[in-house]
Amino acid sequence: MGEKNQNQLDINGPNFNPNVYLDKIFKECTLRQIMDHENEIVKDTQTLHSDMQTLVYENYNKFISATDTIKKMKNDFKKMEDEMDLLMTNMDSITSFSEKINSNLQDTREKICHLSGVHSLLQRLQFLFKLPATLKSRMDEKNYIQATQDYLHAQRVLQQYGDMPAFQGIKGDCESILDELKNELRKQFSDPSASTAELTESVDLLLQLEEPAKELCTDFLSCADKRLCEQLVLLKDESEQRGIAEFIDLGCTGFLSDLCLIVASFHGMFINRINTENIENSEIFENFAAVELDSFVNENMKKYFDLVKNKVDSEQDIADTSTLVGALDNFYMRVCDNKFSNSTSFAQFAIEIISNAGRKQCKAHLQLLKLAFSDTVSRVKQVLTAPKLVSQDESSKSLNELLNSMIVTVVEKTKGVLQDLVAFINPEVSFAKKTAFTEQFCIGNVREGLIICFLRHISVSVKNFCSKGVLDAKIHPSLILLLSRFCLDFRNNSVRFLISKTDEIFNANSKRNGIELTNESDISNSMQESAQYLLNHYVQLQGHNCSQMLRKSVETRDWLHTIEPRTVRAVMKRVVEDISVIDATVALVYEDQGTTTGNSSDSSRKTHSISVSKVQYKSNWSSYTPSHLDSTLVSNMHKLFSERIDIFSPVDFSKVSILTGIIKISLKTFMECVRLKTFSKYGLQQIQVDTHYLQLYLWRFVADENLVHFLLDEILGSAVHRCLEPVLMEPSVVDIICERG
Amino acid sequence: MSNENSVIYGLEFQARALAPQLAETEKIRFVIGTQSLKQANNQIHLVEFNEEISTIKTSVFHHSEGEIWKITTSPLDSSRLATCYNAVASENSCAFRTAILRLPEMENPDSIENLEIVTKFDTSEFGAETKTTEFHPTDSAKAASVIDNNVVLWDVADSHAKAITKFQLEGKHNPKFTTGKWNPHQNCNQFTAASETHLKTYDSRTGDLAWQIDGAHHQLVRDLDYNMNKQYHIATCGDDGFAKIWDFRQPASPVYSSNEHSHWVWCVRFNHFHDQLLLTASSDARVLLSSAASVSSENVCDTDDSRGAQVKQLLPDGPLQWCDHEDSVYCAEWSPSEPWVFASLSYDGRLLISRVKKSLKYQIML
Repeated sequence: MGEKNQNQLDINGPNFNPNVYLDKIFKECTLRQIMDHENEIVKDTQTLHSDMQTLVYENYNKFISATDTIKKMKNDFKKMEDEMDLLMTNMDSITSFSEKINSNLQDTREKICHLSGVHSLLQRLQFLFKLPATLKSRMDEKNYIQATQDYLHAQRVLQQYGDMPAFQGIKGDCESILDELKNELRKQFSDPSASTAELTESVDLLLQLEEPAKELCTDFLSCADKRLCEQLVLLKDESEQRGIAEFIDLGCTGFLSDLCLIVASFHGMFINRINTENIENSEIFENFAAVELDSFVNENMKKYFDLVKNKVDSEQDIADTSTLVGALDNFYMRVCDNKFSNSTSFAQFAIEIISNAGRKQCKAHLQLLKLAFSDTVSRVKQVLTAPKLVSQDESSKSLNELLNSMIVTVVEKTKGVLQDLVAFINPEVSFAKKTAFTEQFCIGNVREGLIICFLRHISVSVKNFCSKGVLDAKIHPSLILLLSRFCLDFRNNSVRFLISKTDEIFNANSKRNGIELTNESDISNSMQESAQYLLNHYVQLQGHNCSQMLRKSVETRDWLHTIEPRTVRAVMKRVVEDISVIDATVALVYEDQGTTTGNSSDSSRKTHSISVSKVQYKSNWSSYTPSHLDSTLVSNMHKLFSERIDIFSPVDFSKVSILTGIIKISLKTFMECVRLKTFSKYGLQQIQVDTHYLQLYLWRFVADENLVHFLLDEILGSAVHRCLEPVLMEPSVVDIICERG
Repeated sequence: MSNENSVIYGLEFQARALAPQLAETEKIRFVIGTQSLKQANNQIHLVEFNEEISTIKTSVFHHSEGEIWKITTSPLDSSRLATCYNAVASENSCAFRTAILRLPEMENPDSIENLEIVTKFDTSEFGAETKTTEFHPTDSAKAASVIDNNVVLWDVADSHAKAITKFQLEGKHNPKFTTGKWNPHQNCNQFTAASETHLKTYDSRTGDLAWQIDGAHHQLVRDLDYNMNKQYHIATCGDDGFAKIWDFRQPASPVYSSNEHSHWVWCVRFNHFHDQLLLTASSDARVLLSSAASVSSENVCDTDDSRGAQVKQLLPDGPLQWCDHEDSVYCAEWSPSEPWVFASLSYDGRLLISRVKKSLKYQIML
């Protein structure tokens, strides 16, 4: 509303309302102001009026000039109309003239057209007539591609008009040349020097010439086959002279790359190409070609694998593992990289070959280890049988050293072999990632086939040193003792070490599924068994050695006619000496385990025991007064109260136990020999002296001295039984004789 | 170990002579000779074992000539037996003798008799120690004695034996024979004797050495026995604790060897019927029954024998059964009449008559 009011008040606006304006002025302004305003408005009105007058004047002038112009135009149009009519008549006359000319020229034109057609026909005919010659020259130039293209140009014509007599000759010529060409091309198949690329080209051309694809395909493959065969023969020849690495290299660069090329070109030529041209047959043919190719590749790869396998197998003795692994790696990568065939996975075969190689390597290593082991043992044997070392100390040192060096040698050798074999599962080696291989190799070959086998071999071969029936003196007893200790040490430390080392290096533990793992304890047990067996054997051997001396000494003497004993017989001293030596030797090897009683006794114990034993001795002896001698009652009573003595109870791995065993065997023998003899009084007394002497010196070697006493009592008892005049010597005299030595 | 099926018979004296009564084929009888330097005390015991009721019947005879070291029985005449004995002459001397004795037909239950001496031998010219006198297996008039380094062949038809021939062993260190035995095969013309670690076999007709096995054991050979069913097989045992079976056509190595005993093996015997059973006695106070089936006559598939038509499951080689004694066992013998009974004698005068375990028996028979 306010706006409207304002608009109404705007003197220049379109809605100006003079009454409202005036009302407003009258209301708001003073008289004076109104007066002024009136003047102003009058002045404005006057100026506006004059302005309007000038405008009207100007526009009037313009209107007059426009009217003039229109008049002039009217005249001009009339003139133009006339001229147009004139033009029309002219055009009509021109048209009639041109028609006349056209009809005059018609004939000539038709003639020219005909002539040009005849010309082109003649040109083509000329090409046809020249074709045989061209083809021939192309053939001479060996430009087979051009020749083929030329022929293809002419082919349709020849096909169409071939029956006409004029063309028959040409067709015949062409076909014969073409046959020649085809032959030439096929010849290239069989040309050994032709490269695969050339072959491909030839096949390509032949295909263009619409040779039957199947036939070509088989031809191609048979040619390729021949070439590959040559490669293989070459490889075979080389295989005998070259190292494995070179051989694999040769195979990869020669055979495999050729095969690749053949397969690739075959794909290019036969399989992919057919697709584009003949869709109906393509599928059938493609299948056919694929099958052909597959069988071809399979056959050749098989031959190649056989060759590689033979090579790997025939590698002499033991190849350098890293070289072998390198070669195999190369081989595997090449085989895997090349996708020869969709259906067959050659990687599988390759893995098989590599596994074989791994197994063979393990076996070879095993053989080496066995050899090394037997070498070590025979070296030790030599050292032992070599002339005695000067002093006891030295020999003692050497025995321990021998043992240690033996263990160290064997363990180090084995470790070395493991390190060597690690190459097979080096993560950088391509085939090491294949679980099929690693599992078989790590567990089957290395762990079971090598380490376990070797350990078993040790425990078995060591046993063979004293196999049945070989209880002879050729083998140095110390060797047996040493080997026994060796087995024991191996059981205690090295077996676990080696097996855990193997497991660690070859991750055998993580892949427990599949192959059954031999338990460490199995090996330990068999080691322990061997150690025990050897130790038993040692005891038997030494026992028999002492027995032999005792037996000879008893058998060769005439006990019925002997003089009164004055000394201990030398044999007894010898036996004691021998046992002391054995004791010293055994102490070197089994010293640390001699935890049983007697060994470390001090002097006080010694005197004590002697006194005790003397008491026992006397008390026992006293029972053998002549009056009782005719009865076995006493000894039987004695037996009732004493424990039954096993002559040969199992020996522990301790010095005392070993010596107890030896002494038991010796004393038992002594008794048996005594029982076979008949004694006079003095003979019996000699035995009395001897047994007393043994008693004085042997107790210290055994765990239970009562055992020695008991056996010696038995000996003396037996002697008493076998005596015609059983009168014993005074114990004091016996003491004196024995102390005198 | 298997005392449940054995019977014990104790003697008063020590003994080391035991023999089966070879000619007796119905009763299970063994003869024992005692060893005592008090020579009047020595006896011969004839022990008869009744298998059905497991009892023992004994007859005792005096053998006052001396302590008996070895008894053998005639395989032809059940009443005849030979002893090798040590006769004490004075305080300081004694001498080995041998004689053939006769067991009386009828037993006199009231008194203990001395056995009648049928044949006397004069051995003094051949040596001091008579180890054994062996009856000829087929000729009752022949016997052979092993004396020191001689094997003497006797004609024993009369009361005084006449020496027919002798085979002498020569060598360094005065070698002596330890024992000997007739070869029951090849017309019983061979006599095998053991000396130290060797076996020597003489042809009794010519006196030539027929064959020998040198170094059969690593120590002294104590005893030998022929396999009755396999003509080239002989078993030996010795001080090395081994028992071995040899095919004496291949003397280089034994066909069977076992080392189960822990001391000397004194006696080895093939079972007369089932030669896969081998009995050994040792001074480790044990008797071992072991299987040597792999080299036994039963190992071959005998086609002529209708019973053995089907191939039998053989026992594995190795120990089968132990008998424990208290003292050294010097003798163990199979009964010649009953295949499953054997006797063993230990030095303390204890005779153990044992049976083969039933399970083993069935295994062998079936």
